[in-house]
Amino acid sequence: MTTRVRTPTVRDGVGVSTSRTDGIPKVDGTYLYSSDLYMDRMLFGATLRCPHPKARITRLDIGPAVAMTGVHAVLVGDDVPGSNAFGLESADQPVLATDLVEYWGQAVALVAADDPETARLAVEAIEIEYEVLEPLTDPEEADRRDSAFHRARCRRGPQDASGAVVVEGYYEVGMQDQAPLGTESGLAIPDGQGGVDLHIATQWTHVDRDQIVAGLGVDEDMVRVHHAGVGGAFGAREDVSLQIHLCLLALYTGRPVKMEYSRAESFVGHVHRHPAQLWMRHEADPDGTLRRIEARIIIDGGAYRSTSDSVVGNAVYHAAGPYRCDSVSVEGVAVRTNNPPCGAMRGFGAVQACFGHEAQMDKLADALGMDRVELRIRNALRRGDRLATSGQVIDTSAPVTEILERLRRMPLPDENSSDDPRLLPGGTGLTTSRPMVKRGVGYAVGLKNLCFSGGFDDYAEARVAITPFGVEVHTAAVEVGQGLGMACAQIARTVLGIEDVVVYYDDTSKIGSAGSTSASRQTQMTGGAVMEAARMARQIALERGGGDELDGEGVWKDGVLVTPMKDLVGRENIDYHTRFHHPQTDAPDRNGQGDIHVDFAFAAHRAVVDVDQELGLFRVVQIDTVQDVGFMINPRSVVGQIEGGTMQGIGLATLEEIVVEDGVIKNPTFTDYLLPTFLDAPPIEIEVIEEPSSFGPFGAKGVGEPPTVSSTAAVVAAIRDATGLELNRTPVRPEHVALGSRQPAVYSDC
Amino acid sequence: MTVNGEARACDVKGSESLLFALREYLQLTGSKGACEQGECGSCSVMLDGELVCSCLVMAADAHGSEVVTVEGLGGSELHPVQKALVDAGAVQCGFCTPGFVVAAAALLDENPAPSSDEMREALAGNICRCTGYGAILRGLETLVGDR
Ligand code: FES
Ligand code: FES
Repeated sequence: MTTRVRTPTVRDGVGVSTSRTDGIPKVDGTYLYSSDLYMDRMLFGATLRCPHPKARITRLDIGPAVAMTGVHAVLVGDDVPGSNAFGLESADQPVLATDLVEYWGQAVALVAADDPETARLAVEAIEIEYEVLEPLTDPEEADRRDSAFHRARCRRGPQDASGAVVVEGYYEVGMQDQAPLGTESGLAIPDGQGGVDLHIATQWTHVDRDQIVAGLGVDEDMVRVHHAGVGGAFGAREDVSLQIHLCLLALYTGRPVKMEYSRAESFVGHVHRHPAQLWMRHEADPDGTLRRIEARIIIDGGAYRSTSDSVVGNAVYHAAGPYRCDSVSVEGVAVRTNNPPCGAMRGFGAVQACFGHEAQMDKLADALGMDRVELRIRNALRRGDRLATSGQVIDTSAPVTEILERLRRMPLPDENSSDDPRLLPGGTGLTTSRPMVKRGVGYAVGLKNLCFSGGFDDYAEARVAITPFGVEVHTAAVEVGQGLGMACAQIARTVLGIEDVVVYYDDTSKIGSAGSTSASRQTQMTGGAVMEAARMARQIALERGGGDELDGEGVWKDGVLVTPMKDLVGRENIDYHTRFHHPQTDAPDRNGQGDIHVDFAFAAHRAVVDVDQELGLFRVVQIDTVQDVGFMINPRSVVGQIEGGTMQGIGLATLEEIVVEDGVIKNPTFTDYLLPTFLDAPPIEIEVIEEPSSFGPFGAKGVGEPPTVSSTAAVVAAIRDATGLELNRTPVRPEHVALGSRQPAVYSDC
Repeated sequence: MTVNGEARACDVKGSESLLFALREYLQLTGSKGACEQGECGSCSVMLDGELVCSCLVMAADAHGSEVVTVEGLGGSELHPVQKALVDAGAVQCGFCTPGFVVAAAALLDENPAPSSDEMREALAGNICRCTGYGAILRGLETLVGDR
C-alpha cells in the first residue's frame, strides 16, 4: 500500500508558461500547414475571378479550357449541385457568380488540373465577356440610397441632457487586412461514396461544414471538415473562401484536389476589416463628467453581408468606450457597396469605435483644460456601472481606473538624443536629424466584448477521457497559433491532477461544434468546456475508485492509494462529453438595450512617438500597455497575444491600408500593403491585472482582441501630441503629417 | 543540386522557383511561401552559403548548388536557434518560423554576438504577423548571452 502526502499541484497546470507541443514541429519545418498537404494523384484547383467591381456576365464559354490536356474539371455556377449561396450569418453570396458580379475579384469559375500552371492557363483559356456596370463605391452615397445590410442603434437615458463643454469630431478608419502569413489553402479528398473530407486552415470547422453541405446539396454526414495547420487567422478565415470550391472539384473529379491562393488572390479571397466613418459629439460638465455622447457610424460592408451586421452592432455598443454616461444616442449602419466584402478582424468594430471615442476624449480634455488621463479616470467604468450604450450592468472585473493609473506610472523612455539613424524617424534613409524631431505621448483605453453576444446560443463541446495511457482532450476548436491546445491541456491537468494530457483536434463528424476561434472566446468557451468535462470525469473517477483525490497514479483516499490507474480505467475508460454554454445574453430591444454581452475585457496603451513634422516621418519609440486578463492560464502566451495584437494596432496606425479605388484593390501584395517589420516594432512594456472574470476557467478572460483595440488610437494620439495636428484618419500617412490633416467634417453636417 | 547534404534531382519547368521545387518536387515543405515577392522571408534558405529568398531564385539557377533548408539545419538535435525560439514562446502560428530560423542561424554564423539592434536590422526582411517580434528577439538574445 502506498501512503504519502500529496503534492498539491500537478506539473504544467494552469498559471505556468508551459511549452507548446507543436513548437518543435514548427521550428524544424515538419509541422503540416494546409498548404503543405500532399496526396498521390491530387489535382490542383484555380479560380477565375471577375476583373470588374460590378458587371453582368454576358458570355461564358468553358470549352477551350475543357479541351486542354491535363484539365479535369471546369465548373461554373450552374454546376453547383446544392444551393449556389453561402455566407457566415446569411447565405447571400453565390458560390460562383452566374449573372451579376458585385465586387472586384469575385469567383466565377473553377478549374482542376494536373499541376498549378495548367490550372492557371486553363483559367485564362475560359472565354468570358461582361457588360460593365456602374459600381456603387461611396459609403455615404450608399447610406443615402439606403443600400444597407443593417442599421443598429442605441438610445439610452434622457435625450436632452447636455454639458457646458462640447467637442465634435469626424474620424475615418482605413480598410485593414488580417494578412495572416499563410494564405488560404486546403485539400479535399473524395471518399468514393459521394462524400468528402476537407483538410483546411479555418477558424470554425462546423460552420464551414454547414455551408459546404448546403452548396453540395448532400447530407451533413457526407462532409467531414478537418482542421489542418493554420498559418494565422485574425478573422480572415471565419468566412468561407475556397472550402466549397475544393469540395465541388473533388466530388466532380473523384480525385483529391488541392488549392492554395497566391498573396494577390488572398487579398480578394477573404473579407477585411471594415473601413469606417465616425461622427461624434461629447458633452461634459466643467469638472469633466460626461453628460451626453452622440455618434453616427458608417461601416462599409462591401458587396456581401458576411458579419457586417454584427460588426456594426459592435461598433455601436463600443462607441462610448469604457466610460460612464447616462445619455447616449448612437446610430450605426453597415452599408452595401461594390467594394471588397468586409467582415471579421481582431477587434471587430471595437477598433473603429475606439479610434473615434479616444480622439474625442483627448479633445474634450484639452477643451476642459484637464489632464487627458485624469479625464478618462474621472469617467472610467467600474464593476456595477451600466455600459453607457446597452445599459447592461457590468458584472465582471472592470479595472479601468487601475489600468490607467498603472499605465501612467510606468516609466517613460529617456529623451533620445542619439543621432543613430536607426533610432530616427525614417530610419537609415538619413532623411532627418535629431533637432527636427519632436516627441509625442498618447494614451488610449478601450474595451472589447468577449464571446458571442446578442442572444446567440454560444456553446463549445469538449470530451475528456481518462485512459490507461493518459488523458485525452477532444475538441473541434481550431488552434490558429494562439496556444489554445496548450491552455486546454493545462486546464485538464490542473482539474484532474494528471500530467499526461494530449489534445486531439477532432473533425466535424466526431464531436460537435466548439464555435469559432474568434471573439477572444476559445479560452473561456472551449477552455470552459474542457474544465467542465474534466471536473465530471474526475467526479466519476472518485466514485468509481472510492476515494477523495485523483492523480496520475490513481484514486486516493485519506492519503492512501486505493485504486491504481490500471484498475480504475483498465477495463473501461472514463469518458465525459459536454456542451458548455456561457450565461445567456439578450437580443437588443429596439433601442439597443439589454444584457447583450456576456463579458468584457479592458486594456489601455501609451504610445511614445518621434515625429519629423516637416518630412511627415514618424517612429513609434515605445508602447506600453496594461490589460485586464482575468487570470493567466499561460502567462507567456498572454504576453504573446498582447505583443502581437498591439503590433497589429500599430500597423493600422502607421502603415496598413488596403487602398480601394472605384472598387478595385490597388495594393494586393506585400510590396505595396506594408506590414510592420522588426524595425517598426518598438519595445513593449506589459503589465496585467488579474482580477477574475465572471465565468472563465479559473477566472480567465479572452486576451486576443483587447490589445488591438486601443493601440491604434494611442499611436495616433501620440502623433497628434507631437504635432498639434487634427489627424482624424488612420492609418496616418506622411502627407497627413507634413501637409496637415484633412478638414474635419462637423457633426451637425451629418 | 545538393539539398541538406544529399544529392537531389528534379525536372523543373522554365519559370519555377527554387521554393516551388523544394516544396512540390522534393517534398521539403518546411520552407514557406507567403508573398512570392521577396518581401516576407518565409522562404529563406541558404544557397551556397548565402541567405536567399528561395521564391526569388529560379530553380534552374540552383543547378549544381548547395542548398540548406530549415529541415537540414539541426540534424538530429535542434539547432540552438530552433531551441531558443521554442523556449521563448516565439512560435505562434509558426508560419514565419522556418524563415526566421534560417535567417537567424545565418546571422549568428556571420556575427556570433550581434547586438539587439543588429538582430532587428538583419531580420527586417522576415515578417511575423503573430508575435510582434518581442518573443523572437528575447529568444535570440539568450543565444548571444550564452556565447
Ligand atoms: S515567399 Fe519568398 S519572401 Fe515571401
Ligand atoms: S508566428 Fe505566425 S507569422 Fe510568425
